Amino acid sequence: MAHEPVHRSSTESVASAEAHAAGEVHEHPTWATYKWVALILTVITIVEVWVYYIPAFVASRLFVPALLTMSAVKFVIVVLFYMHLKYDHRVFRALFTGPLIIAMTTIVALMFLFAKLVIRTG
Amino acid sequence: MSSTTAAIHAGHPPTTTGLDHRKIAIWAFIGSECMLFASLISTYLIYKGRSRTGPFPHEWWCQATNATSATGPIANCPAGALYKPILNIPVTSQSTFVLLMSSLAMVLALAAVENKGKKGWAGPGWGGRLMESSKLWLLATAILGAGFLCYQAFEFTSFVHEGLTIKTNLFGSSFFTLTGFHGAHVTAGVLWLLTLLAIDMKRGLGPRDALLVDISALYWHFVDVVWIAIFTLVYLIR
Repeated sequence: MAHEPVHRSSTESVASAEAHAAGEVHEHPTWATYKWVALILTVITIVEVWVYYIPAFVASRLFVPALLTMSAVKFVIVVLFYMHLKYDHRVFRALFTGPLIIAMTTIVALMFLFAKLVIRTG
Repeated sequence: MSSTTAAIHAGHPPTTTGLDHRKIAIWAFIGSECMLFASLISTYLIYKGRSRTGPFPHEWWCQATNATSATGPIANCPAGALYKPILNIPVTSQSTFVLLMSSLAMVLALAAVENKGKKGWAGPGWGGRLMESSKLWLLATAILGAGFLCYQAFEFTSFVHEGLTIKTNLFGSSFFTLTGFHGAHVTAGVLWLLTLLAIDMKRGLGPRDALLVDISALYWHFVDVVWIAIFTLVYLIR
């Protein structure tokens, strides 16, 4: 019973290798997808820099959330498509998202601890 | 390339997860790097705006009176005592674009290695032949990475000439530490890519070696996503 996962994974590996040998297309994105991803990343970067030079927008309350959102979108796009996390095994997803969540929580907690972020009540 | 395929191709023994240990290791390493950069980024953010003297990232500074202005030059500041905002957004935007394009070159290098030997997978004509060249894309990625480092060297040098060093103020200390660590990672990545290029030139990289390229690609893209965060948090948000 303890050996069953090994046997199953080996079988899967052989099947996958056979599929590879047979020239089957893998789950990875195509050149067209990579091209579109690069284009989207470039456009978002241009918009980020563009809004930086609009004084009215910089002074508004939307400036920081907008930049953080655009940055997060770029981050997610690269991780999903260039790092293939969208297509890869869930173990890899867990190995990345687990520490990432801890890291982001740490940043937010430290921001509150040093009064860079404040919740106003009343 | 699926991990299980890579395991078989590289002669990796069967594992309990069915996944190649090297790929698990690189993802675990990337996870730990997330926490390293989180600590550096939080240090920068905590110290942001707490420097007692300039130069400042986004504000004009008069050394004689220690006055600052976010809108423009400070009136009545003696000549030679006025410092402009030190961050050069146009130059950093260019370096950001260079790093993003290096990620594109990296995925194309991986695709070229994975599909080596498959007839016509990249399409017909010279465009297809271009796409099939793993050497070209590995070299392009390394050159773009080196280009990013040149931008960073230029930025650091100009900052020092303008009076900002790692010892000047809290901004200088946290900024040089954060971006310096990132630059060191890019340098390691460029060396890694050049090693792969040397192997490719010597004996050629094929589908059997795809996992080696995949692992270096993951590291390279991680360096890219870290810069995405740094560019917004350090350079754009005032």
